[in-house]
Amino acid sequence: MPLARLIPCLDVAHGRVVKGVNFVGLRDVGDPVELAKFYSDGGADELVFLDITATPEDSATMTSVVADVADVLEIPFTVGGGVRSVEDAIRIIESGADRVSLNSAALADPSLISAIARRYGSQAVVVAIDAGDGVVHTHGGRVVTSTKTIPWAIEAASRGAGEILLTSISHDGRRQGFDLALTASVRDAVSIPVIASGGAGSAAHVADALRITDAALIASIVHENPAGLPGLRREIQDLGIQLRPMKELI
Amino acid sequence: MSDVVVVDYGAGNTRSVRAALTHLGVSSVVSSDPTKISESELVILPGVGSARSAMDHLESTGAAQALRNRFEKGAPILGICLGMQLALEHSDEDGGVDGIGLLSGSVHLLTEGRVPRLGWAMVEPWGDAFYFAHSYAATCPDSVATSEGVTVAVERGAFLGVQFHPEKSGSAGLAFLERCLSPV
Repeated sequence: MPLARLIPCLDVAHGRVVKGVNFVGLRDVGDPVELAKFYSDGGADELVFLDITATPEDSATMTSVVADVADVLEIPFTVGGGVRSVEDAIRIIESGADRVSLNSAALADPSLISAIARRYGSQAVVVAIDAGDGVVHTHGGRVVTSTKTIPWAIEAASRGAGEILLTSISHDGRRQGFDLALTASVRDAVSIPVIASGGAGSAAHVADALRITDAALIASIVHENPAGLPGLRREIQDLGIQLRPMKELI
Repeated sequence: MSDVVVVDYGAGNTRSVRAALTHLGVSSVVSSDPTKISESELVILPGVGSARSAMDHLESTGAAQALRNRFEKGAPILGICLGMQLALEHSDEDGGVDGIGLLSGSVHLLTEGRVPRLGWAMVEPWGDAFYFAHSYAATCPDSVATSEGVTVAVERGAFLGVQFHPEKSGSAGLAFLERCLSPV
């Protein structure tokens, strides 16, 4: 199994990085290209960019952000939010993203997963699941669907998703630790990698998640102190989690 | 030196490979033109997409034959991920596809661990971690490096193929690309 991954998530609105707290209340923290490079140099294993506005007018803005990021970043990155069609995926991937993340659009039309996977391979398709009380939520957690979380994760994997990005609605933004029970239940149900998301407040929380799954998404813990990322990595490693060796950080 | 040719096979992300080359001060062009492929000092066969559509594109443009001729002449080619897999004789992907056939060997679906195999992993005997994103892996007599038991680099004559993405592997990846560029 590859090494555990630490993945900062950057929320982007109208081409700028903003910070999300419980999916409401946004604070501008900067330029996506600059922040991406900073996190990459600080030891991020991957990055996720989530276009949280993703109106049709924003798609051109996001495409240019993706291209600018691809030109400076030497680690992989995923782009989510606003990917509603194969054409959107083509636009994002051919601008330089490694993978696209599908959320509501995949739930509305699961064949989108297989269409993108056929073109670029499963490793290019992440299905993001916002889960709470055993069911899938959409639209940033505001809409509660009747789709059950575990069967949906299984269906997404069987249709060609290469990874599940699993966010616990109840834990997100609270910084009290990840929803380990939810993470373990999805991990056990599928054979593709699962990224735990929602709740990271300390190195110990991240280490707890990385003991049971492949990768952890982090947001406010790192956005509040971007310069603290190398220290966070060291703390996580001191807790017994093996991350990739980075000679330049020693 | 002349521009490095990054082979275009009709789909996928060539931007990141070119960005890494630019970072190393090397200019590149994206092309499937057989003349460009035969004349360049270094050709990179990158890796995103599906095996069948990539092979269809490479055969129909004449790029596959140009790569075979180039290999026969001993001119350097670097294959990355799918680009490494396509250099072998056969892949099980997409119901079975014949590759370019520069090297003996074939490509099979991974059966161990979580698939796709995503993330950073140590490559031995090189001693560095690189980034992987693959569901298929090579079985090849010309294996020169492994990662967790998987063949992740193959080399024969002037062809070097790697399963990882050097353009996505931070400073270790850039150092690897720099070594590939040094004889050029």
